[in-house]
Amino acid sequence: MELKTGKLYMINGPVVKASNTSSFMMHEVVRVGKIGLIGEIISLEGDRATIQIYEETTGLRIGEPVQSSGKLLSVMLGPGMIGNVYDGIQRPLEVLRSRSGDFLKRGVEVLPIDFKHEWDVEISIKDGDTVKEGQIIATVDETSSFTHRIMIPPGISGIVKNVRTSGRYAVDTVIAEIDDGNDKYNLTMFQNWPVRTPRPYKERLAVDEPLITGQRVIDTFFPLNKGGAACIPGGFGTGKTILQHQFAKWSDADVIVYIGCGERGNEMTEVLEEFPELKDPRNGKPLMERTILIANTSNMPVSAREASIYTGVTIAEYFRDMGYHVAVMADSTSRWAEALREISGRLEEMPAEEGFPPYLSSRLADFYERAGKVAALGNENLGSVSIIGAVSPPGGDFSEPVTTHTKRFTRCFWALDKSLANARHYPAINWLTSYSENIGDVKEWYSKTVSKDFFKLRNEALALLNEDDRLQQIIKLVGEDVLPDDQKLTVRAASLIKVGFLQQNSYSKVDCFASLNKQYEMLKIMLVFYEKARELISLGVAISEILKGSILNTLMRMKEEVSNDNVEKITVIGKELDSFFMALKKKYSGKPHNM
Amino acid sequence: MPVKEYIGLSKIDGPLIFIEKVKNISYNEVVEITYKGSSRFGQVVMLSNDAAVIQVFQGTEGLSIDKTSIRFLGRPLEIKVSEDILGRTFNGIGMPIDEGSRIIRGEYRDINGEPINPASRMYPRNYIETGVSAIDLLMTVVRGQKLPIFSGNGLPHNRLAVQITRQARIKGEERGRFAIVFAAMGIKHDSARYILSSFEESGALKNVVTFLNLADDPTIERIATPRVALTAAEYLAFEKGMHVLVIMTDMTNYCEALRELSTARGEVPSRKGYPGYLYSDLASMYERAGMIKGKKGSITQLPILSMPNDDITHPIPDLTGYITEGQIVLDRDLYRKGVYPPINILLSLSRLMKDSIGEGYTRVDHPHVYSQLFAAYSRVHEVRALASIIGEEELIDLDKMYMKFGKAFEEEFITQEEDENRSMEETLDIAWKVLGHLPKEELTRISRDEIERFYEKRED
Repeated sequence: MELKTGKLYMINGPVVKASNTSSFMMHEVVRVGKIGLIGEIISLEGDRATIQIYEETTGLRIGEPVQSSGKLLSVMLGPGMIGNVYDGIQRPLEVLRSRSGDFLKRGVEVLPIDFKHEWDVEISIKDGDTVKEGQIIATVDETSSFTHRIMIPPGISGIVKNVRTSGRYAVDTVIAEIDDGNDKYNLTMFQNWPVRTPRPYKERLAVDEPLITGQRVIDTFFPLNKGGAACIPGGFGTGKTILQHQFAKWSDADVIVYIGCGERGNEMTEVLEEFPELKDPRNGKPLMERTILIANTSNMPVSAREASIYTGVTIAEYFRDMGYHVAVMADSTSRWAEALREISGRLEEMPAEEGFPPYLSSRLADFYERAGKVAALGNENLGSVSIIGAVSPPGGDFSEPVTTHTKRFTRCFWALDKSLANARHYPAINWLTSYSENIGDVKEWYSKTVSKDFFKLRNEALALLNEDDRLQQIIKLVGEDVLPDDQKLTVRAASLIKVGFLQQNSYSKVDCFASLNKQYEMLKIMLVFYEKARELISLGVAISEILKGSILNTLMRMKEEVSNDNVEKITVIGKELDSFFMALKKKYSGKPHNM
Repeated sequence: MPVKEYIGLSKIDGPLIFIEKVKNISYNEVVEITYKGSSRFGQVVMLSNDAAVIQVFQGTEGLSIDKTSIRFLGRPLEIKVSEDILGRTFNGIGMPIDEGSRIIRGEYRDINGEPINPASRMYPRNYIETGVSAIDLLMTVVRGQKLPIFSGNGLPHNRLAVQITRQARIKGEERGRFAIVFAAMGIKHDSARYILSSFEESGALKNVVTFLNLADDPTIERIATPRVALTAAEYLAFEKGMHVLVIMTDMTNYCEALRELSTARGEVPSRKGYPGYLYSDLASMYERAGMIKGKKGSITQLPILSMPNDDITHPIPDLTGYITEGQIVLDRDLYRKGVYPPINILLSLSRLMKDSIGEGYTRVDHPHVYSQLFAAYSRVHEVRALASIIGEEELIDLDKMYMKFGKAFEEEFITQEEDENRSMEETLDIAWKVLGHLPKEELTRISRDEIERFYEKRED
């Protein structure tokens, strides 16, 4: 097709306007100015277009050309993405670095995936086969633990011919031709997909399986489904990013897409340095072999920040279509919303709440609805995209627009609490205000996989914590000393759960990840302690006697001292606990009651 | 490129001037504005057809519509950098204001810089010992970090900043490779003099580059000051391999200037009238801290900001906290009690310390002592709240111990002299001494071995 050229007539930060653009498409990618900055058309009126530019606009002049590309803002999908770190519009940062040095230069266009690298391709179709969209026709072992499944792109089907034999090919090699009766399509190993359009699937499925994160407060108390969406709001310093890193490290997903959207550069570096060293708990391979990073840090251009979450979620959908479970971490969606606000302001649109544009909530809904568990097109594999979005509310105030709207479209709400963080209770997830609407969906999975009474224990613990909250109000007024012994016990047992179970040290080798089995056994024995102690107190034993022993301390330290592959140790602790209480009971049963 | 000159404006509005019928102007270009023989500088902030909007750094006072002449210089705002800038003093847009000559050698650099490619960054791991116990143990500063001081009017943030600069050291490093870039935005003459004279006393002045925009200097110039300073810092760090500490004070004045400009431009305001892009704008400066793979130098930032009305949820400290890697918060109540440095431990934080402390860096017990002190001190606050209701006498014994611990923590651990330079070992030992007020069963965050090794019960 013929490429058109428009002409700049207005420049205002990242938003510019051009004339002579009547044949440009909405959301088309354009190159702006002599230097060739990358931009996207965001509105068209008559022969004039408004363009957001993904790079710094210093030096642009009125009258400079705007070149059309004929393409919508898209990502390139194929082998070679895993382990990469991209900017918000899928430019590989390592390649940019080798091309233009340690600082980001403008107007540089690079391919998202390496066309020179040759992959060992295992092709599973032959001449004369009929193929349909989404069908898996070849596989590539992209890393030692990840198999990339090559699919027929959506919208393509027909009879194949000139199929190559399995062998080493680059991603742009034509490995077959597809004839649908009218047109011939050259099939390569990569495909392009516009980022603002969700990829198609056959059907959406019920989400009935949890995404195991190894974080006790999540898995036991507020689980997230594979295919679900969660919102983590929290003021600065409450640990959003550390929690997101924990999810990226330990979640039982096949692929992780981590979007650093308007956040700190050093945090992305930390991931880049740490992940290749860390082992995936499922297979012992480096975590980087299943991870893709999108790094659009806060000092990088604001429009690319707006695009980054779409880039990330489209990549996730692509892996979902192969039949993988993908988890997306977006840190932070507030920065994305602010980018939206900034661009909207430059367009002089009428603002709604706090200057955000009125379409904020529909954009958020569109994004979170891209999470889901589906039967993939063409191959019927089960795949899922789960989204965990961090929100950074100004002043830690959860009533601001981004938090309230995100809450409407996510079913898990993990509220980070400043006062917990100040007391260095991490993860600082408040157990009273957080919720998960997924419990009903995953109940069966838990009772099948872990234990029948899993949620019974969870509910008991939650009730205990609730009761503790009530007592804490009293303690604040009159002190713990005046409480009767049974209530003192409640406070102590709740404190055991808070310190020994809910707090989890992400820097500890043992404690950073807890298997479901360990979580279950830990909670169980803590509740046994509570029950037995309560029984003794009802018999008249003083609480000081119960606290005197070392058993409480042992329970507190279980998280550090019992490793995931040695959960049986808790049984030993259980015996210790039994004999401790037995001895106490014996000591006091000889004496009269009400002493 | 030939310099274009125009005479006559179409409009003057606050810090902005509007000019029409101009051709071939580039976005963000610098202009020289001359009226009656005196000149000032401005920058193009918007272009539309043949009209340009220019922000004037030194203000528009005294300009007229018909006689003002505008020269477009065809380049963005730049400063000239070389090693000759060390020891010199400049104004807020990088022109020398001391007795020295112009900077002759050197290269011009755009003050906006370019973002560091995240893939080029090196994760900072080398801690800086400041000799201040509260900071070294509880919010360890790491080279390449950006760690602001959140303060309030009348609190000793300048004294603390000076103490940190004077005492900061890295084990086994030669001092010569160390430089300070000091950017003052809208601070008072005497504060600036205090800071500069203390650099002088410590003999560091020849390694200090100073950019001064004082309280009575033009407001809009402040928007350029931190960028000019950071451009100088980047040159020294990444071209000359120096370790640069950038002190920027007071960021609140910078943000006020930005708000003024934004309002003049008629932009849609966000919280408290600040522009919606305040976050991105602050980030474009704070993110210039860091280290780069394969380069020797580093940029560590210590921005100081005064929280309006001591409100930490005000947009300026709030957005800053979201960008920086922690914060040091000063506390008025502690200061009233006579504690110096009055650091509010519970609100302060260093995000990068976790990888730079403990075995191989500081001392093996550091991470656990850190965690324990926070937990215990946060309990102290609860106990104090309770004691203020029921009276200290009525507290249970354990809570009384916490009261004792809290007092000792503030008086022995946090408090120190302005010229007292404690080593990491000393700091940790004082921490253990203070923890001795608590029974060892309470120390749940410290491993049993370390308790064995370091704990000693205190009976007084």
